[in-house]
Amino acid sequence: MNEILVLAEHRMGVLRDITFEMLSKGRDLADNLGAELAAVLLGQDEDGFTEKLAERADNVLVVEDVDLKDFNAEAYQKVLSNLIDERRPTLTMIGNTSFGMDLAPALAVELGIPLATDCIDVELDEGGVKVTRQIYGGKINTEVLLRKSDSYLVTIRPATFEVTETAPVKGEIIKVDPPLGLSFEHKKFVGYVEPPLGEVDIAEADILVSVGRGIRDEKNMPIIKELAAVLKGEVGCSRPVVDKDWLPKERQVGSSGKTVKPKLYVAVGISGSFQHVMGMKSSGLIVAINKDSKAPIFRIADYGVVDDLFKIVPALTQKLQEFKQSTD
Amino acid sequence: MEIIICVKQTPDTAEADLSIDESGRRIKTEGLVFDINEWDEYALEEALLLKEKLGGSVTVLTMGPDGADAVLRRCLAKGADRAIWLKDEVFEGSDAYATARTLQSAIKGLSFDLILTGAQASDYGNSAVGVYLAELLGIPHASMVKKVEAQGERIRVNRELEGGLEEVVELEAPALLTIQTGINEPRYVSIMGIRRARKKEMKVLRLDDLDLAREDVGEQGSWMRVERMFRPPVDKETEILSGSPDDMATKLVEVLRAKGLV
Repeated sequence: MNEILVLAEHRMGVLRDITFEMLSKGRDLADNLGAELAAVLLGQDEDGFTEKLAERADNVLVVEDVDLKDFNAEAYQKVLSNLIDERRPTLTMIGNTSFGMDLAPALAVELGIPLATDCIDVELDEGGVKVTRQIYGGKINTEVLLRKSDSYLVTIRPATFEVTETAPVKGEIIKVDPPLGLSFEHKKFVGYVEPPLGEVDIAEADILVSVGRGIRDEKNMPIIKELAAVLKGEVGCSRPVVDKDWLPKERQVGSSGKTVKPKLYVAVGISGSFQHVMGMKSSGLIVAINKDSKAPIFRIADYGVVDDLFKIVPALTQKLQEFKQSTD
Repeated sequence: MEIIICVKQTPDTAEADLSIDESGRRIKTEGLVFDINEWDEYALEEALLLKEKLGGSVTVLTMGPDGADAVLRRCLAKGADRAIWLKDEVFEGSDAYATARTLQSAIKGLSFDLILTGAQASDYGNSAVGVYLAELLGIPHASMVKKVEAQGERIRVNRELEGGLEEVVELEAPALLTIQTGINEPRYVSIMGIRRARKKEMKVLRLDDLDLAREDVGEQGSWMRVERMFRPPVDKETEILSGSPDDMATKLVEVLRAKGLV
């Protein structure tokens, strides 16, 4: 069947944004190909999930089972491999999320169909599938052709495709029986661990000075704190700073940390990996300080300083202090 | 506990100025510094911590060209017990899938309780080799692991989800875990360790030593073929400041003042 499948991703009773991003991109691909777009929902129909999916998909395939309520790569794989084997969709789209990354490669091996992960674009025609990926920490893009097959698998980078406004298509909701013997002896979901509440919520701050790998050593942190203090802002950071325990997890900006939208975001010594950018790109004004002119952070900054942060940050702190004294 | 860890040598590109070579399909590697993939450094540390707690041994594997043995020696110096180097010209150009098949062929005759890999590599960032490998070996897996508790046959792990959330998952050994950065504090290499590493075994395996055919490896055995590489487009018009640090700082203060941010 000429069909594009999108795996709906949900967690704790919420359909995640990536689902609608993939349905928007999937719709474009399906229209170009003259194919149907189907959403696949595993789990229980909570909160009108199916209606929301049916607004965008021609078919909503629902596989209900109490054991599918929470994501489990082993159970998902079992259900999806059956479904894909039966329907042979031209393309199956899965989010390049923590769930998708746990599932897609194993599913591809079981089905023997080629997979490209973390795609930022997908082209699909009779010739096959061509995807665009970002490599080397976002410094280089690459176009990749997948090995010829009748069915392909891709995982899609979150926050890459816009959710388009479209008239509801009122898709058909189709119940599909879970495969027999659905059990997971080898992998069991136990529960969620919520992040600890920290002393500050950086998402509330109007001004954030965020520090990354470029700070090099914990002993250099005071210059960042001084800059934040003179700006009356909070200190945030990128992943490597938390990995090294120089700042607590609650101050991490990015997809595995917090999403922030301050009026001013000063990125100091942060290269700007996609995961970080996802957490701060909606900030009002973005100033980036990095000695590497090719750092991806400069592609989304409003103002950039390509220089040594150990020269710039103290100079900026000092100029801000002088300015404040002049206005006092 | 018998632990296998798979590591990769990657170029340090965090602050390097990258350019694309004449083929248009690769970056120029001259002048780049190669070292162990950052995620693999954490995976190795986790393997060593488990060995120190539960006993057993750590075997480290890599697939890579000349020079990749430096990464193996580093792992041996830190405390891994033996190394296997998958080295053959025909392995070059392997994507994540072909890499996983080659690793599987080398691993399947070994006895192990746990396989650890990095959650991703800093170069191509597929985040796929570990999970491919688990499925090829027919063992359960958990990716992006931030905590490991091994008790007998059961392994309990925390997986990193988005927004600071984690999920707890239980697996049955033998299993494969892909390790996320920040799970531990990787140790430094000691001089003693480097000395001891010289006496440790490093086995080299070529295609002939594996039950794979030429078309299973390299570009032929791959699912993905790189057509071209290019610089990402710019999303926003960025104003790059110039002048001395003081000049640039003064200019920034003006910008912030004009926007009412100070």
